Amino acid sequence: MNKIDFLSELEKRLDCVCKEERDKTLVYYGEMIDDRVEDGLTEEQAVLEIGTPQRIAEQIMLDLPLKTLVKNRLKPKRALGVWEIILIVLGSPIWLSLMIAAVAVVISLYAVLWAVLVVFYAVGASLAIGGLVGVVCLVVYLIQANVGAGLFMLGAGLVCAGIAALMIVVNNLVAKGLVKASKAIFIGIKSCFIKKGVKYEKV
Amino acid sequence: MDAQIKRGLLDVCVLAAIKNEDSYGYKIIKDVKPYIDISESTLYPILRRLESNRLLVERSVEHNGRLRKYYHITELGKLRIEEFKKEWKEVLSIYKFIMKEDGADE
Repeated sequence: MNKIDFLSELEKRLDCVCKEERDKTLVYYGEMIDDRVEDGLTEEQAVLEIGTPQRIAEQIMLDLPLKTLVKNRLKPKRALGVWEIILIVLGSPIWLSLMIAAVAVVISLYAVLWAVLVVFYAVGASLAIGGLVGVVCLVVYLIQANVGAGLFMLGAGLVCAGIAALMIVVNNLVAKGLVKASKAIFIGIKSCFIKKGVKYEKV
Repeated sequence: MDAQIKRGLLDVCVLAAIKNEDSYGYKIIKDVKPYIDISESTLYPILRRLESNRLLVERSVEHNGRLRKYYHITELGKLRIEEFKKEWKEVLSIYKFIMKEDGADE
């Protein structure tokens, strides 16, 4: 890709960013390419070293606070007429409640995800307690000279403890997975405000 | 290197690169790269952040018929470097302690 193609591709992908930010970015990367060309690289080599427009735009989006992205997306392209303002105000019970509902749904979904993690930890903890109970029961039954029952309880307790130990590993994985999922959701939300038709994948 | 540690280091590395003389993007990357991995896309948000925190200022200078952005460290930026040096004197003594303990085991 040569410099012009690279910059125009980058410009397209930064469409929902305000003009000031977009221009600053384009100037910066244009300069980077020029400096490398001065060092002796070709435009193609310079562009290769810098990275893909997709990745760069993605990073800029991630760095920009969500508020900025939302503001840019919702900014009207031209000044609002009087009637439009009146309609918006009159319709506010509808769109306002819809918006609140949407936000509530997102928050509850997120809470559910973390509730899953709590469940896993609870299971692990109860199994561990089960193991302890098994040992206690063993002692109690031995005191009553009931070896059979005692050994049975010990066995059951050991099984519980073993599974609890396994749960430690599982819980770690689930927790890590949840963090990744949270990040993906966050990026997903941000990309809702990103131009449709431009696919952003998490590299 | 740990991502968090790296992030803290990069800001100060960039400041150090422009401390003694103003520098421009590509040169900063070339100066810093031998010590810590840095690319255009990592440098860009760092420069924006340093500028909004007034640790550096930028100006455009004519170069070979085009404009090139030069970055100049502010007094606040120099202060940040001094803070860093103090912080890491502590880190260095902790490191020496760990090395000493490690050696005693062997």
